[in-house]
Amino acid sequence: MTAEQIAQYLISGAVVGGIYALIALGFVIAFGITRIVNFAQGEFVMLGALAMATLSARGVRAPVAFACSVVSVAAFGALLYRGALQPLTRAPALAVLILTIGASITIRGVALILWGTDPLAVPAFAAGPPVLVAGAVMVRQGFWVLGVAAASFVALWWFFTRTYSGAAVQACAVNPLAARLMGIRVDRVGVLAWLLAAGLGAAAGAVISPITYATYDMGLMLGLKGFVAAVLGGLVSPPAAIAGGFLLGVVESLAAGLVSSAYKDAVAFVVLVLVCLAQVLGALPWRVVEEG
Amino acid sequence: MGAPERRVVLSAVAVLVAGAPLAVESRYLLAMLVFIALNGLPAVGLSLVMGFAGQVSLGQAAFFAVGAYVSGVLTATHGWNGWLALLLGVAAAAALAVVVGLPIFRLSGLLLAMATLAFGIIVYYVLVNWSAVTGGPSGLAGVPPLTLGRFRFDTDARMFWLAWGSLLGVLALTGNLVDSRIGRALRAVHGNEAAAAAVGIDTARLKLGVFVLAAAITALAGGLYAHYLTFINPSPFGFGYSVELLVMVVLGGAASLWGAVLGAATVVLLVEALRAVLPLLTAAHGAAEYEIALFGLLLMAFMLFRPSGLAGLAPRAS
Repeated sequence: MTAEQIAQYLISGAVVGGIYALIALGFVIAFGITRIVNFAQGEFVMLGALAMATLSARGVRAPVAFACSVVSVAAFGALLYRGALQPLTRAPALAVLILTIGASITIRGVALILWGTDPLAVPAFAAGPPVLVAGAVMVRQGFWVLGVAAASFVALWWFFTRTYSGAAVQACAVNPLAARLMGIRVDRVGVLAWLLAAGLGAAAGAVISPITYATYDMGLMLGLKGFVAAVLGGLVSPPAAIAGGFLLGVVESLAAGLVSSAYKDAVAFVVLVLVCLAQVLGALPWRVVEEG
Repeated sequence: MGAPERRVVLSAVAVLVAGAPLAVESRYLLAMLVFIALNGLPAVGLSLVMGFAGQVSLGQAAFFAVGAYVSGVLTATHGWNGWLALLLGVAAAAALAVVVGLPIFRLSGLLLAMATLAFGIIVYYVLVNWSAVTGGPSGLAGVPPLTLGRFRFDTDARMFWLAWGSLLGVLALTGNLVDSRIGRALRAVHGNEAAAAAVGIDTARLKLGVFVLAAAITALAGGLYAHYLTFINPSPFGFGYSVELLVMVVLGGAASLWGAVLGAATVVLLVEALRAVLPLLTAAHGAAEYEIALFGLLLMAFMLFRPSGLAGLAPRAS
């Protein structure tokens, strides 16, 4: 194991980690406001990637295609919440979870009908050969992934801490009843949270699609990884979810390189069970979930 | 259903089951009925998890696969006695359920759906990649039928007795369990977990117990499946099958054990009907995915309009 190889794993891990962090943020924002674990979060990622593929194939330039994908998927996420999930506000958590599972499967089936089974190629946002970073190779699209992730984090931070609507969203996450008494429309904030969550997922899908291709079935795995990243950060804290995303990306990349790439996708599951076990045993310095 | 009524229903169904192979001429129909029982078992297991532990598991297909593969590999490759191999498959699935469930149930149950989804994906990978043992994607052939002395469970009629006998046995046992002290504790946990914990119920342990029991029942069905078909490959044990099981339980109305059997019958017949109709409507590829999209719509529709399942379509008694 040479230093170059380690650097290579770290860099690939960071790029994938940026994607996981974006998806994880979507989980945290939707869960924080609406208390729904959105099983369909991964399908927003898939929709973002496929929309990007379609628009690029029509000759739309990358920045415009990216913006259109994110906006349309975000609107779809808000509609899904408003139309199918808000009516179930008082239903048991189990029913809501099953509904999001149903939504996820339906979205995937419709995507299959619309886009077919073949992976669609998406051109990189900027053409050019890979770049050497600290002795490791990084594809140019990797910079775009990290850039989009960083820009999203900064924009969200600005929104939550510097704007009136952002403060309203935070108030709802802290105490919905008190927020309502202060005149905040909690139901509208729920829709806004899903809009943001779906938009973040779509941004992740659109920016990763030149590296991974876009397929109708990419959402399940990416959604799962994003969820594990969110849980690593405790499922309620956006900065912790971002850290969880990068941590999972790097651990996964190292495990694939050092152990076996055949079982790369197993890493997320092992991490999930291990951190839960660590919390049960009291060996974890932070909490991954509220104990129930 | 109270205990006396249940005994009556079970006996009546048992008589029907004993007589059915004599009356049903069609092998196709008998095979369909065997599949209903083999799907009914895991559906009953999942309905226990959903109805009494209030959790969704998306990895039930993996427990089915563990039952099928442990029993299949031990008999086909190593020449074990079929019943012993079946038992070991059930034990292996139960042990895996403890490993997955132990940390999860101590924490919030929110995690179970995702953790079992990930678990199911891993088991599927292992089945495909560990080809030295599992035969990889091309599968494992030559699993011998189960035997009792000279009697071989090698026809559809004989397998029908075994599968439905197992299902009725499991229904009798789980029905008793639900009516027992443990069942009352489970309902208390489902009704109000904090209150249940306050009266001294170890909620985490109970839920884990239900999850392990469900895994064992599911693996039993998997083992029977392997000895019935005599050939197993990974493709029926993917995420899609876990979703089918979820649909069965939702159709039956979670927490209703007989509802789960009804749901299993509905889904088995629905899939069969779709396989006849879909090729006429679309190109050959991806027909299984269309099925899944339909199941997604069914799940959403039932959660939005009929959360109590098909049984909820009947007029309410009270």
